[in-house]
Amino acid sequence: MKNIDWRRVAGAGVAALVAVGGLWLAFAIHAAGQPVLALGTLALFAAGLYVYVSRTALAWRYLFPGVVGMLLFVAFPLLYTMWIGFTNYSSTHLLSQERVKAYLLEQTVPDEDHALAFTLHPDAGGLRLVLAPYDAAASAPRFVSAPLPLKGDKVATASMSPLPPDIALAPALGTREVLAHRDALMALKLAMPDRRVLVYTGVHDFGPSAAVWRANPNESLTRLDDLKTYWPDTVAGFYQAADGDRLQPGFKVAVGLANYARMMADKEFRGPFLSIFVWTVVFAALSVAFSLAVGCTLAVLLNWEALRFRTLYRTLLFLPYAVPGFISILVFKGLFNQNFGEINGILDAVFGIKPAWFSDPLLARTMMLVVNTWLGYPYFLVLCTGLLKAIPVDLYEASAIAGARPLTNFFRITAPLIVKPLSPLIISAFAYNFNNFVLVSLLTNGRPDFLNTKIPAGTTDILVSYTYRIAFLDSGQNFGLAAAISTVIFFLVALLSFANLRVAARNAGR
Amino acid sequence: MAIVTGKNQRWRVLCAHAFLVVLLVVTLFPLAAVISISLRPGNFANGSLIPREISLEHWKLALGFDVTTADGVVMHPPFPVLRWLWNSVKVATIASALIVAISTTAAYAFARLKFAFKMPILDSMLLLQMFPPVLALVAIYAIFETIGNYVPGLGLETHGGLIVAYLGGVATHVWTIRGYFETIPVEIEECAKVDGASHFQAFFRVLLPMAVPILMVVFVLAFVGTIIEYPVASILLREESNLTLAVGSKYYLADQKYLWGDFAAAAVLSGLPITAVFLAAQRWIVSGLTAGGVKE
Repeated sequence: MKNIDWRRVAGAGVAALVAVGGLWLAFAIHAAGQPVLALGTLALFAAGLYVYVSRTALAWRYLFPGVVGMLLFVAFPLLYTMWIGFTNYSSTHLLSQERVKAYLLEQTVPDEDHALAFTLHPDAGGLRLVLAPYDAAASAPRFVSAPLPLKGDKVATASMSPLPPDIALAPALGTREVLAHRDALMALKLAMPDRRVLVYTGVHDFGPSAAVWRANPNESLTRLDDLKTYWPDTVAGFYQAADGDRLQPGFKVAVGLANYARMMADKEFRGPFLSIFVWTVVFAALSVAFSLAVGCTLAVLLNWEALRFRTLYRTLLFLPYAVPGFISILVFKGLFNQNFGEINGILDAVFGIKPAWFSDPLLARTMMLVVNTWLGYPYFLVLCTGLLKAIPVDLYEASAIAGARPLTNFFRITAPLIVKPLSPLIISAFAYNFNNFVLVSLLTNGRPDFLNTKIPAGTTDILVSYTYRIAFLDSGQNFGLAAAISTVIFFLVALLSFANLRVAARNAGR
Repeated sequence: MAIVTGKNQRWRVLCAHAFLVVLLVVTLFPLAAVISISLRPGNFANGSLIPREISLEHWKLALGFDVTTADGVVMHPPFPVLRWLWNSVKVATIASALIVAISTTAAYAFARLKFAFKMPILDSMLLLQMFPPVLALVAIYAIFETIGNYVPGLGLETHGGLIVAYLGGVATHVWTIRGYFETIPVEIEECAKVDGASHFQAFFRVLLPMAVPILMVVFVLAFVGTIIEYPVASILLREESNLTLAVGSKYYLADQKYLWGDFAAAAVLSGLPITAVFLAAQRWIVSGLTAGGVKE
């Protein structure tokens, strides 16, 4: 009995800790200005606590981590991607409107007219900073800080106090020695007795900083030095003045179907997009076709009992599948190198040619298919081997009596019998290659590129690698556009999955 | 076997052997070449498949040692391969252990407990798994950037974040383990409950010990799956010392800095253990691959 009580206490303690932690996290997120996110965090912790504290949700105690993991890292990213597809989220529209406003309001310019000259004086424990007005009447007030370490570039604040007349200061440092402390000085803020804060304004002086912008009650911002007013344009995602002048950075806004319209209607974008789409389909189809052809042929051949060493062949032929993809793809990248690669070495020695595998679009695409066939056939070899074992032998005995030849056997008996169980797997292999990002990314990176496109696009790019490029590489980090293309791919994948389930269900039904 | 063999049977067998041998040569050429290249001096030299001169410089560099060439130039290892291998193994081990824990408990609920919407939940989990994470990279990046603002240990550039990102992919493992649980008779657990065991005790003390083989299988599957994962790792990790092997390896073959020999040594060094694990687990890996596509 005592034992159980002890466990209860521990359980209640853990639950209390989790609750406090969750509340603290939600509060911190809310304080940072993200109410929706804070609410989500709160809901997540509340659900977790309910599941593990309540006595009614027994099954969910086991399910909770798995379901939450899937929701957070599979389902939510999918939905979030769709949402991003309707926004202008990109490197020029990275922040929300409030954050952009806060960023602009934080901007300051050093006010050099009211700057004070500074000198550094060594003292026990560091350097004393002394401020004096430039128009140095001997009676003008001077200020001094406590000895400062002045190392590193961490932001620090030093409070200044009026310089007592009787203090003995060591001689000031020379310009070169002062420059050695430049990073620390740039990060230093001086709090004056009259509550002004001075910042580093030059090699010799500290001065007050003035805000650049003033926020007006009606959401607009006014630049203080020329009194020009900028209004938030929630369609374009910029602060914009009456004369059309826009402020950087822009902010995130929903743009509706603009990204999709661009995909369909923008001529300069549509051209490469369509050819990439076609190549994606061709690439996936041919990859599956070649891998299936090689794998299936080998499986039939290795199923032939008259052949010796079948296990040895099978083991060695399976090897390409066992080597991690990121290594074998890179090995091929090196082997196909135009000047140093082994493949061109052999071709040069035998035929005297050195094909440019990485700069000719047709050759690059051929190379992709060769590599992908090498990577993919063992999968079909194994699958077909398994399926062949299930075919009754008497079918072949009957056909032998009828005098059938091996090819007839294959097309009249073997193929019809394995095609049905194979079909869902063929569809999922197609879907896999449709999104075979790793191959493109590591082998060609999409190159060679199309000429004359606004957004760089490659002739060997497939849709996913193209979206990756738009989002993360050379194309201005247009997350919104990339997410819109991803959404299109979602629907294609969903279609393929649906076909897959239908075929599998039909097979099971019969 | 009652099949009558024709006169040309011997020719056919010979042809088949010839065909298979040619195919084997083509298939194994890249693997043999990379081993040979790793033993060949220099990063650019062309040479025969069997190196005339064996040099261990690439191997020393891959293992993290400096190499002094004949003319006295000291070469430093170009990349911290062992560090990357360690990062990969660390992330994959922790992620797989967590994946096994999460999917085992979920599979227990699906196999043994009664609750509302059981099959719809399982079906939608399997359906969700058909969308590869590579499609949602933008969102995953944004999510981890946000998480990092509040929980720095799980943000961008952290292995914690990468591990957490891998925890979403449990549906197929849940399916596999559930299938195994269903082959174990319920009566054993019921006996335990009659003897006074709680739900969790029946699960943890009775069912789990009987399911150890499938847990090992799922661990290996998850391990291989995470150690070769490239897309998510490539957006979450950017700093050189932080990379996993899958992300780092490509820097050997950058256009500006082409280190073919060094890459070969690093590839063999890091590829061999993973290949060995894969070969040892190939039976289950193949059956796991087909499990998602066909249902019972």
